Amino acid sequence: MALQSLDIARRSATTTPAPGVRQTTEVAKLIDVSTCIGCKACQSACMEWNDIRDEVGSCSGVYDNPVDLTAKSWTVMRFAEVEEKGKLEWLIRKDGCMHCADPGCLKACPAPGAIIQYANGIVDFHQENSIGCGYCITGCPFNVPRISQEDSKAYKCTLCSDRVAVGQAPACAKACPTGAIQFGSKEQMKDYAAKRVVDLKSRGYDKAGLYDPPGVGGTHVMYVLHHADRPELYKGLPNDPGISPLVSLWKGIAKPVATVAMAAVALGSLFHYVMKGPNEVSKELEDELEKEDAK
Amino acid sequence: MIRNPKDLQRYDAHERANHWLVGICFILLALSGLAFFHPAFYPLTQLFGGGVWARILHPFIGVLMALAFLVMFFRFKSLNAMTPADKEWLSRAGEMVSGNDHNMPEQGKYNGGQKAMFWAMALCMLLLFVSGVFLWRSYFNLPVDLVRLGAVVHAAIAAIMIAMIFVHVYAALWVRGTVRAMVYGTVTRAWAKQHHRAWYRQVTGKS
Repeated sequence: MALQSLDIARRSATTTPAPGVRQTTEVAKLIDVSTCIGCKACQSACMEWNDIRDEVGSCSGVYDNPVDLTAKSWTVMRFAEVEEKGKLEWLIRKDGCMHCADPGCLKACPAPGAIIQYANGIVDFHQENSIGCGYCITGCPFNVPRISQEDSKAYKCTLCSDRVAVGQAPACAKACPTGAIQFGSKEQMKDYAAKRVVDLKSRGYDKAGLYDPPGVGGTHVMYVLHHADRPELYKGLPNDPGISPLVSLWKGIAKPVATVAMAAVALGSLFHYVMKGPNEVSKELEDELEKEDAK
Repeated sequence: MIRNPKDLQRYDAHERANHWLVGICFILLALSGLAFFHPAFYPLTQLFGGGVWARILHPFIGVLMALAFLVMFFRFKSLNAMTPADKEWLSRAGEMVSGNDHNMPEQGKYNGGQKAMFWAMALCMLLLFVSGVFLWRSYFNLPVDLVRLGAVVHAAIAAIMIAMIFVHVYAALWVRGTVRAMVYGTVTRAWAKQHHRAWYRQVTGKS
């Protein structure tokens, strides 16, 4: 690998170890929901850096625009209006790929090398290897990947892996005017978040906290939430996300068990033939019928 | 092989063509499906022109197989009704497998094992078709929990089905003189008398 910053930790549909002798710093993006003003500069920066222009949609009656993630909108702001202690709270969450340490998309993907987890924690789709089956959508606990209607490939946020590879922050973090999007090593981001949580608690948000869900091994996109005890307030951010047990079964134990079972039946048949011999039509019956014919 | 005019017709041309249509579809589906199931089988996608083509073709072949199997199901359904003799045959299937079929109960056109296989395959086909639709993202966009359930069911049933087809094919090879029934339709009288005596008596009128 040419660049250490692009060292691979895991590769979809690959059963042998990835190169792993080098120690790479884990990176993370921290989204401080409490300081986000919903300006959508991050969405614009994402479009611009990645050269993607989604279809212009129509207003759905709320500020969410576009309404959902698409193959051409890799991040969207989701606006939730919530009443807390008799006061209206406008909770604005920048949604997109969480870059899980244990990525469900990568686990489910059947195409070798279509999904890569870099040693720095970024989970990236390599569309040239994508076959368009959509298993990544089935595997994702956050409902993030989207299949393009144009080329049937899966797309999502890359955490600007191309920028990060050369020591730059992701485009969204660069564009954010309030500093609500921070980028750095995962450790640094946790420290920064801890300070923000102390501040929020001092201002009455006693349930403030960091969203770095352990069910997926932690994420490389984390949130500071004022209501960390109820992440679902933020337009359905899952409370305890994890890879579905069905996906774990399907892309886990089922693979070796089914393969061995099928091979056992095939080999069993072969050995049965070798040991028992063919089941021939009896000579007596054949002779008997021949005699009848001769009459 | 020279055909004897005294041979017995077991399958007509339509039945044979129907069976082989299902069989060819099944082989193609197993090869492409295994490729999506385990990375060890991924190179099988090359047989279909690569991963993307395998992904595109698999569900269409699946629909074709489902339709062809449906026709075959109605063709052979009534011949596969289970009788007490079939149940006795099944309870003594061990003797058959161990190579000693002399004391097996007399069987009609199909024995208990074949009938059990018929109904198991019909059930598997139904489950594969329904769960396959759940996974067909090009045309269906179903709730993700349903897709996840579909993925598990599709993979599990497919593995069972592949194992059953191994048994099905092996049984045809093991019992000599069987494969020709599905290739050009006839079996010898001795074959029929040995393996399906009730059917032999029915079609020949002899004892």
